[in-house]
Amino acid sequence: MTTAPSGSTTPTDWTDMTSTDAPTTERPAAAAPQDASAREIDVRVDRASGRYLPEVPTPVIECTDVDIFYGQFRAVHGVSLVYGKNEITAMIGPSGCGKSTVLRSLNRMNDLITGARVTGKITYHGQDIYGSDVDPIEVRRRIGMVFQKPNPFPKSIYDNIAYGPRVTGMKVSSMDDLVEESLRGAALWDEVKDKLKQSAYGLSGGQQQRLCIARTIAVRPEVILMDEPCSSLDPIATARIEDLMEDLRKDFTIIIVTHNMQQAARVADRTAFFTAKAAEGTGDRTGQLVEYDLTSKIFSNPADRRTEDYISGRFG
Amino acid sequence: MSSITAAGGPPAAGAPQGGRRGQSFDPSSLARHSPRYGERAVMVVLQGAAMLSVLVTIGIVVSLLLPALSFFREVSVGEFLFGTRWTPRFPGQESYGVVPLITGTAWTTAIALLIAVPFGLGAAIYLAEYAAPRVRKVLKPVLEVLAGVPSVVYGFFALTFVAPFVLEDLLGIEVGTFSVLSAGLVLGIMIIPTVASLSEDAMSAVPSSLRQGSLALGANKMRTTLRVVFPAAVSGIAASIVLALSRAVGETMIVALAAGTQARVVTGATQPGQTMTGFIAQTATGESTPGTLSYNTLFAVGLLLFVLTFVINMISIRLVRRFREAY
Ligand SMILES: Nc1ncnc2c1ncn2[C@@H]1O[C@H](COP(=O)(O)OP(=O)(O)O)[C@@H](O)[C@H]1O
Ligand SMILES: [Mg+2]
Repeated sequence: MTTAPSGSTTPTDWTDMTSTDAPTTERPAAAAPQDASAREIDVRVDRASGRYLPEVPTPVIECTDVDIFYGQFRAVHGVSLVYGKNEITAMIGPSGCGKSTVLRSLNRMNDLITGARVTGKITYHGQDIYGSDVDPIEVRRRIGMVFQKPNPFPKSIYDNIAYGPRVTGMKVSSMDDLVEESLRGAALWDEVKDKLKQSAYGLSGGQQQRLCIARTIAVRPEVILMDEPCSSLDPIATARIEDLMEDLRKDFTIIIVTHNMQQAARVADRTAFFTAKAAEGTGDRTGQLVEYDLTSKIFSNPADRRTEDYISGRFG
Repeated sequence: MSSITAAGGPPAAGAPQGGRRGQSFDPSSLARHSPRYGERAVMVVLQGAAMLSVLVTIGIVVSLLLPALSFFREVSVGEFLFGTRWTPRFPGQESYGVVPLITGTAWTTAIALLIAVPFGLGAAIYLAEYAAPRVRKVLKPVLEVLAGVPSVVYGFFALTFVAPFVLEDLLGIEVGTFSVLSAGLVLGIMIIPTVASLSEDAMSAVPSSLRQGSLALGANKMRTTLRVVFPAAVSGIAASIVLALSRAVGETMIVALAAGTQARVVTGATQPGQTMTGFIAQTATGESTPGTLSYNTLFAVGLLLFVLTFVINMISIRLVRRFREAY
């Protein structure tokens, strides 16, 4: 798959990014230690090249020993990992290994599935998001989500963006400005600026998906979860979304599930590899985290044999 | 029809292609192997069914129209539509102003909708969006059974329970045995299941991906329901209300039993009154000789009922087209 050349891949750009990191972030706590502990990593995969990353991510979301059940069925077992601030974290692995399940548990979207249950601990800035006093709506305001299939509302392009700010009661001085800003943020403005009042269903699949991203960033979350956001798109639309993610990384923390290893290699700072293991007694295939590391490491020098097999296409 | 004749085209083009491949049997031939008589027969039967229902409808309209036309030869349309005295069976002082019957129908229908729309939609929202699947599995069939209770049962209920106990004793509203209020209330109860069940279908049919999209933005459930699910389901919801409305306008037993038989202009909910259907039921069961004016009156009222229902349907289809958010 080819990636469209992007302005953000020029060698000077990353310095630019780190220096502008603090002012553009609403919660500045994360930027400082990142610079302090910055360490050059040789990442030889496409766009990820030349990026400084701390050895240990600055945690935004942290999973500790997480198990996720659907009724009696344990879909995921023993996941512990830290999603870093302003990083793109990819979760890869064969289908059915629980990537979506883990992703949905991060903003409590799995509450919507009857019988879904999480044990262990998932924290957002140290707060247990499954704590008894936590409102899942508040969680989702801070941790937004983009779905596998574009799911714009059957409303106008404008109303799709304005919906989130309106229903969450965001104080907005000018909705028009916010809509424009969000559409620009999702690299969609130029394509739709003349038809904001038209139905979002008139857009192409790739445009719809960027609209969904625009809609998500309109409510200013800190984290954006993406579940195979490109799986229904053609390569060109995919490349545009990948470019977009690179831009969004400056302002948001992105966690992406992808079926596509090249995509993870291209966009992600860190990659978590999951696989499913059949339980001895029941034969239930339970997902587990095999390895989590810098993307460069995962793809060039994985520590686990199973990762290597998967990366090299020997299974999955 | 057209698909079958159109399919006849390709074989000529397919044959030479098969020859080019040079195989003994012809896997690439697009020619039809069998004439498919079965398919054709099924189509004819289905076509017949469709035609039959159209013909029956036309037949009904015609049989309604002819006696109604003879009625209007004796009574002018203006007198019929705008006259406020309805005394077709008072020898010597017959008057054919249908306004009293229209007010009777309007009152009972309006009261019925006032009851059925909020309760029906509330029930639908609860079932589609809030109820646990197990609860829904039990309640939905109950609702559908309720929709099938014979209306004479409801009429009896209005007469013997709602009017004397609920309205007079419990709520302290002075109504007689007959009132458009008690008829309308019970009519409303009767059509709640229609509104609830069909609206629930419409809301459940909205893809859950839309709900998830809304919830993932931090919208709560009520806002998601009202601002995403509801607009997306509005055509089905409107259809349920229109159907319920048509049932209320056309319902006979309840109003015949509970509203009364005095055809007079109704100006308050506690008054008795006669509806269009109530009049038809009362008159049709009495003796009227075909061809007489009193007989033709039935058809004039029937035609009016038909036209009203038709107009209501047309208007609501227009409205729905304008407001729906098709997914
Ligand atoms: N809503 C659900 N109800 C029950 N089981 C589910 C549900 N969603 C996923 N699962 C099961 O959980 C496991 C992991 O699924 P999923 O997270 O979708 O995997 P992935 O996204 O990695 O392909 C699979 O065995 C799947 O069948
Ligand atoms: Mg998945």
